[in-house]
Amino acid sequence: MSSSVFFDISAGAYFAAMVTYIAYLVFRNKTIGLMASAITIFGFVSQSAALIIRWINSYHFWAASNPASGVVESILRAAPLRNLYESLIFFVWSLILIHLLIEFKYKNRSLGAFVTPLAALALLFIDISGTSKEIQPLIPALQSNWLLFHVLLSFLGYAAFGVSFGAAAAYIVMVTDSRKEKTYIFWSIIIGIFLVVLIGMGIDFLSLSAVQRAELIQSHFLKTTLRSSSGGVAAVSWIVSIVFIFAIWQFGLRLKNILAGLNLTPTMLDEIAYKSIAVGFPLFTIGGLIMGAIWANSAWGKYWTWDPKETWSLITWFVYALYLHARFVRGWRGKRVAILAVIGFVAVIFTYLGVNLVLSGLHAYGSG
Amino acid sequence: MEEKEKKKKDIFESVWKFLASVKLAIFIFIVLSISSIIGTIVEQQAEPAKNIALLAKFFGDSAAPTVYNVFAKLGFMDMYRSWWFIGLLLLFSINLIVCSLDRFPKTWRLIKKPQKPLSGNALNSLPIKKELTFKSSLNIAKDEFLNILHASGYRVFEASESGSVRLYTQKGKYARLAVYAVHLSIILIFIGAIIGARFGFGGYLNLREGGASNTAYKSPAEPIPLGFTIKCNWYDTLYYEGIDTPREFQSELVIIEDGKEVLKKVIEVNDPLTYKGITFFQASYGMIPDATGYFVLDITPDNGPEKRLWLKSGETFEIPGTGIKGTIIDFSPALTRDGNTGALTTYSESMVNPAVAIEFDWPGKEKFTGWILKRYPETGMLPGGHSVKFADYWGVEYTGLQVSKDPGIWFIYIASIIMAAGLYICFFISHKKIWINIADDKKSVRIVVGGSTSRNRLNLENEIEKIVSHAAQAIEGRSGK
Ligand code: HEM
Repeated sequence: MSSSVFFDISAGAYFAAMVTYIAYLVFRNKTIGLMASAITIFGFVSQSAALIIRWINSYHFWAASNPASGVVESILRAAPLRNLYESLIFFVWSLILIHLLIEFKYKNRSLGAFVTPLAALALLFIDISGTSKEIQPLIPALQSNWLLFHVLLSFLGYAAFGVSFGAAAAYIVMVTDSRKEKTYIFWSIIIGIFLVVLIGMGIDFLSLSAVQRAELIQSHFLKTTLRSSSGGVAAVSWIVSIVFIFAIWQFGLRLKNILAGLNLTPTMLDEIAYKSIAVGFPLFTIGGLIMGAIWANSAWGKYWTWDPKETWSLITWFVYALYLHARFVRGWRGKRVAILAVIGFVAVIFTYLGVNLVLSGLHAYGSG
Repeated sequence: MEEKEKKKKDIFESVWKFLASVKLAIFIFIVLSISSIIGTIVEQQAEPAKNIALLAKFFGDSAAPTVYNVFAKLGFMDMYRSWWFIGLLLLFSINLIVCSLDRFPKTWRLIKKPQKPLSGNALNSLPIKKELTFKSSLNIAKDEFLNILHASGYRVFEASESGSVRLYTQKGKYARLAVYAVHLSIILIFIGAIIGARFGFGGYLNLREGGASNTAYKSPAEPIPLGFTIKCNWYDTLYYEGIDTPREFQSELVIIEDGKEVLKKVIEVNDPLTYKGITFFQASYGMIPDATGYFVLDITPDNGPEKRLWLKSGETFEIPGTGIKGTIIDFSPALTRDGNTGALTTYSESMVNPAVAIEFDWPGKEKFTGWILKRYPETGMLPGGHSVKFADYWGVEYTGLQVSKDPGIWFIYIASIIMAAGLYICFFISHKKIWINIADDKKSVRIVVGGSTSRNRLNLENEIEKIVSHAAQAIEGRSGK
């Protein structure tokens, strides 16, 4: 069977799991909780199968065009981590893996309601960003083992940061008493912007032709709505977006009441956030920064060039280093560190997507 | 005089305290992050017009040039080389060094301090504690706890009094040093970067096929002597079958010293050549304008040996022993068949799909012309089992090499290893201490187990849980007899 069937099954399962986890939060029914876990595990197994099939297919693809390449080398070169599509799929896979491990370890399902939406959003993003899903030939610059491990470990790290984001966001919701609190305003706006961009991209996607979709990120990003050339459309889009973000701020607090009724405590969320960062930080440092630098050195003879992607990785690293020192050495606790965990993940997303989406757009636009 | 000394000391102390503080570190983290963000928005080392256009989006057209000038004065246009950014990095390293020096002695004492047995009261105040009572004897209980602790790799000490014994042990104390290793690795990276900037260079060198050079260039006006000669035998782009996606960029390079070949290697992207600390990377390639080269043909007569020929355009060759003659009459760097008209056309100026047209003069046949494509050797299979393969159009391309020398790179590698190991130990190995007090209590023994750890309390709790339950089983097993 083709891998895309299994991918579709797993995507469907993760969306269903998201709905079920949220239903579990609302109804606090044990059976629903069990169902949520079962659906997630089913999706995970299916996605693992899809990854393996894709790996095997691209192994044959690689081996056919590189007869001189040995078995081990071919297996490494065929790893499905070559482009935006594959890396996002792998991100989702790692996120679910880490989530399942935490669920198993802490015997607590509630976090699923915060982590599965992240997986669902990533999958949604894959579809609306219109990235190519074909198995693509590996261009020379990417033919490096360093690059492979670089991507692999970075994404495991990103997934751990994703979990810490989920836990920190839940923490902030739980300890919020009023809509006027700065932390609450901060995180509701972040979530709001996130959703606005995603929905905007969805509208781009629907309004573009198949050919244009392949260039969505580079040339058509939010051009249908917020960045529309028609002033009226743009103005309406901005107003709708602001109203939408306002609504999130207005109604987000209801989550707190739901969470408060669960067996989820702020202490536990704080610990999960910290532990995920404790796992993510070494992974990201070793995989993201060190191996990325070594790869750059072996491909171009420079381990660090301050290009925007590298610089944003460094910024991400600083934010998490800040988290660790603030928490471990200065003894910061509670909301302050939770906000750092949220900012950290925003930096992660910007490193991975924003640099390509926003900065290159800004610069391309600037040069004419 | 004494007053002055004291004042000096006070100033020194407060400066030291300031430089050692984690508050300063947090401040630097924030400032570095924010300025780096600006550095990614403003295009670095770009032409002024680019960034003025960019700034116009934020500040409007009229203000943009002024804002640009202010920003440029502050070094934002080449920020990572500006005095204040480098100063910030310097302050960062000083902070890191002073902070580590400040704390290290304390940590070292903590590691070296011998562990002491604890009284019952002290045990009670530990973060992890467990109490239990058995119908057993002091010696049996002690034996079993010792067995289990030894089996998990603990070196156990004991202090005995009449009617009671205190066991105490610890593991992983040196894990407390891992943080210092991580911090040290950051300093090593800075040192490596400074050495690289001071004693290394980064340049480029374009070599035509067959060309050689003993200098690379930082810029056209800044030649760097290499100390030896490097020659490019050939450059080639390999493609995936049937599509124009490059599979590999390759150059064969030769190092020549004192007129002798000392090293030869085919380099690829991700697989450079290093000689005497200078590394040559495959970075780019291109066509030399108006160059004419040699057509390299591999000619094989039916059941004869293959022969390689180097021919100029217009030259004629013979397939050995057959009387068949061929003349090179045309060349296309990128041949394709037009989808609509079916005519052959050239679709690119670079050598994406090179093809040579050969006019054959075949005994007993009319002259005919055929295109032979480099990427499709089957186009060179001729009637009668002869073949003419188009191996290369040599001498018209150049290879673009990135040339770099970085004596600091070893610091970077070593720092990377230290940082990776340090982070692993720091987050996943903790300094654990366990105390077990065993006391006779009439016909039974009372056992109190306590523990403390530098991190990951939950883990130690579980471990103590396990130790206790194993010991309990063993003790009950022996006492039951
Ligand atoms: C980006 C640079 C840095 C990295 C990657 C880094 C890394 C770390 C890590 C991983 C820890 C352990 C944290 C934990 O156990 O949760 C740590 C602890 C610490 N760091 Fe840093 N650090 C950096 C910069 C600094 C700087 C500039 C200072 C200067 C004040 C500093 C001071 C400390 C202190 C005092 C500790 C606690 C050490 C202890 O446990 O006794 N760090 N650092």
